[in-house]
Amino acid sequence: MNPSKPQRHARPTRRQVLTGAVATAAIAGFPHVRTSHAAGQLTLAIWDHWVPGANDVHTQLCNEWGAKNKVEVKIDYITSIGSKVELTAAAEARAKTGHDIMSLATWLTTIHKNSLEPVDEQVKQLANKYGPMTPDGEYCFKHDGRWMSLPSAAGGNHSYPMVSRLDLFKQHAGIDLKKVFPASKTRDKALVEAWNYDNFLKYCEKLSKAGFPFGNPIGPTSDSQDWLCPLFLSFGSVPADKDGNIKLDSDATRMALEYVQKLVKFMPPDIYAWDDAGNNRWIISGKGSAIQNPPSAWTVAVRDQPKVAEQLWHHDVPRGPKGRFRGALPRGNGIWKFGKNKSAAKDLLVWLLEKDQQFKLITASKGYDVPLFPALFEHPIWAEIGPPVGGQYNYPVRGDETIIVGGYPTPQPVGAQIYLQALIPNMVAKVTKQGMSVNEAIKWAVGELEGYKRG
Amino acid sequence: MARVVTHKNIEVGASVTPVRVGSYQRFLKRRSTLAVALVTPLMVLIGGLVVYPFFYAIYLSMLNKAETTFIGFANFRFLFTRDTFWMVVWQSTLFALTAVFFKALIGFVLAHAIHALPDRRQRFWRGVSLVPWVMPPALSTLGWWWLYDPTYSAFNWILGTLFGAHVAWLSDPNWARFSVILVNIWIGSPFFLIMYLAALKSVPPDLYEAAEIDGANARQQLIYVTLPMMRNIIAITGLFSIIVTFANFDIVRVLTQGGPFNTTHLFGTYSFLLGIQSGDIPLGSSVALFMFPILGVLAFFILRNVRQRATEL
Repeated sequence: MNPSKPQRHARPTRRQVLTGAVATAAIAGFPHVRTSHAAGQLTLAIWDHWVPGANDVHTQLCNEWGAKNKVEVKIDYITSIGSKVELTAAAEARAKTGHDIMSLATWLTTIHKNSLEPVDEQVKQLANKYGPMTPDGEYCFKHDGRWMSLPSAAGGNHSYPMVSRLDLFKQHAGIDLKKVFPASKTRDKALVEAWNYDNFLKYCEKLSKAGFPFGNPIGPTSDSQDWLCPLFLSFGSVPADKDGNIKLDSDATRMALEYVQKLVKFMPPDIYAWDDAGNNRWIISGKGSAIQNPPSAWTVAVRDQPKVAEQLWHHDVPRGPKGRFRGALPRGNGIWKFGKNKSAAKDLLVWLLEKDQQFKLITASKGYDVPLFPALFEHPIWAEIGPPVGGQYNYPVRGDETIIVGGYPTPQPVGAQIYLQALIPNMVAKVTKQGMSVNEAIKWAVGELEGYKRG
Repeated sequence: MARVVTHKNIEVGASVTPVRVGSYQRFLKRRSTLAVALVTPLMVLIGGLVVYPFFYAIYLSMLNKAETTFIGFANFRFLFTRDTFWMVVWQSTLFALTAVFFKALIGFVLAHAIHALPDRRQRFWRGVSLVPWVMPPALSTLGWWWLYDPTYSAFNWILGTLFGAHVAWLSDPNWARFSVILVNIWIGSPFFLIMYLAALKSVPPDLYEAAEIDGANARQQLIYVTLPMMRNIIAITGLFSIIVTFANFDIVRVLTQGGPFNTTHLFGTYSFLLGIQSGDIPLGSSVALFMFPILGVLAFFILRNVRQRATEL
């Protein structure tokens, strides 16, 4: 400042006053524009929901938000058949162009984390309202202390409870599953405690002898991981610890392998060739007594085999020596770093995850989608949907189950390889089908694990 | 500088006004220019869809998993230490060689059978035989999958009804390998059939007549006339089929996804598993490129042999 000149208060010019007035009016009139700078166009690549009508409700909600916020929302629904979501994500991440919001199935956040915009603030905002996210969501979406994806509001989050035939379990195994896992908060602790892997083996033997075996796949498929990985964890077997130190060569792993060796004797011989729909077909065919699956099997049974559907009850998985773990596949929505309308994208995703919108979307998915904020489990659909009414009440976790993704608790890049290269099902199959010894199979799996750590 | 030229077909001395053609127009009228112009779109396509991706794949195979550092041949060295990779090498070789051998054998037999038919019936059988080859493989493989399906297998229903037997088509490693090879043979045999049939038709009948006069029986005619005359076609068809069969993807992808416990993975499916599904594109590229040098050398020798033989003929 020049000290020789007298100081004067700067007087605003007429132009500055006018500009300020216009800006103030704009801020007052369009609050969203002020906070998020949202405007123009927002593009979404969203998983094509298999429940008829679910996409329509999602589109309506997005358009409603778009109209409110003067944003043109364009949605491409991409089928997961033929890995098309994975291919689209890989192509967009590589080309650094594409949609603003990308649907990211379980491991895609891990794979593309370096191309994603962090969403810490948005997760915090939602957690303040609805409590902390479920462990499976946190494991998949939080990387190096930062949230890289938000849960998908538009669906796809699902878990793998037992889906059992009430009539067959009662008749051949002597257990009333409706009594053990009622469609209400009241549970008999002793009965639930007795639902463990030791007793489950006995039930499976009886059901197999009666001609209705329990069926789940053991192959390079998603469903195979989603029951075997939690089973191993419930025996205390982990592939590696949180720091990536390999821990698979353990007594717990041996115990789990020996258990599955016994279990497969009471399962159909073709489980090694089943795809992800194999267990669905098994229960729908009427030949099976139980599987582990989301309610998609029940939905198809309602259409094709209503008599079977009436007997299907979704409930907790058995407990092992180290706990009760259920597999899950959370689906996220990520925002590309190179997205053109990132702040609008964040606002839309948070808005969709709020209770009102979530409830509409859960209803549209007929209860298939389970939110990753447990406070939203209060949606009445799971108690009401049927037949049998209440058959899906226990589809969201109601008891002492811990919900995990196969590969947990290893660092996600290694966890992704464990899951995607089917380490646990392959190890199991080597013992139960190929005839490899337990120790040889573990040695093989440890060798694979060392390879997965490649940087 | 422009020159006065006359058209070749116009007689010298005819009363025709000479046309002045510029050097640019002359350049355009040259046959080689036209040839280059016609070939250019294809070259651009091949360049964009084959050459560029090929070199890009080589580049990718030399990066680390995060694609941030150049690591030379480290990905290949890593693969050489993996049991699963060597299993994939063995399976791909077994798949390709077995399938090509049987495709060639079936194609050869069928080509002779159809060649022996009267012309009118040949047309029908040629058309029918081509059906497996012209159908989209993903679709026909889906049909096969229904036949093998673990729960509702049509084959097992027939076997069960007639003999009370059950075959683990896709859940037993050996049966699963057999099943994927069988589908490949079913799809690929018509290609051999049509190529061999064309080769058979190009063998001059005089040679057979001469052989007959010399007292050659049918087997001797096959060994000393037919096979030598078909040698080039057999070599080229075999080479082409080996390359395509090694690169097969859809059959295994649809039928087994590489299972049970990785025992049916081929280079294509294993590369897809590592590169796209598991997000390790450099390692996936390395798997995909592994056979390139071996097939390249094979192609060089086979094609050189074919050229030499063509010159001799």
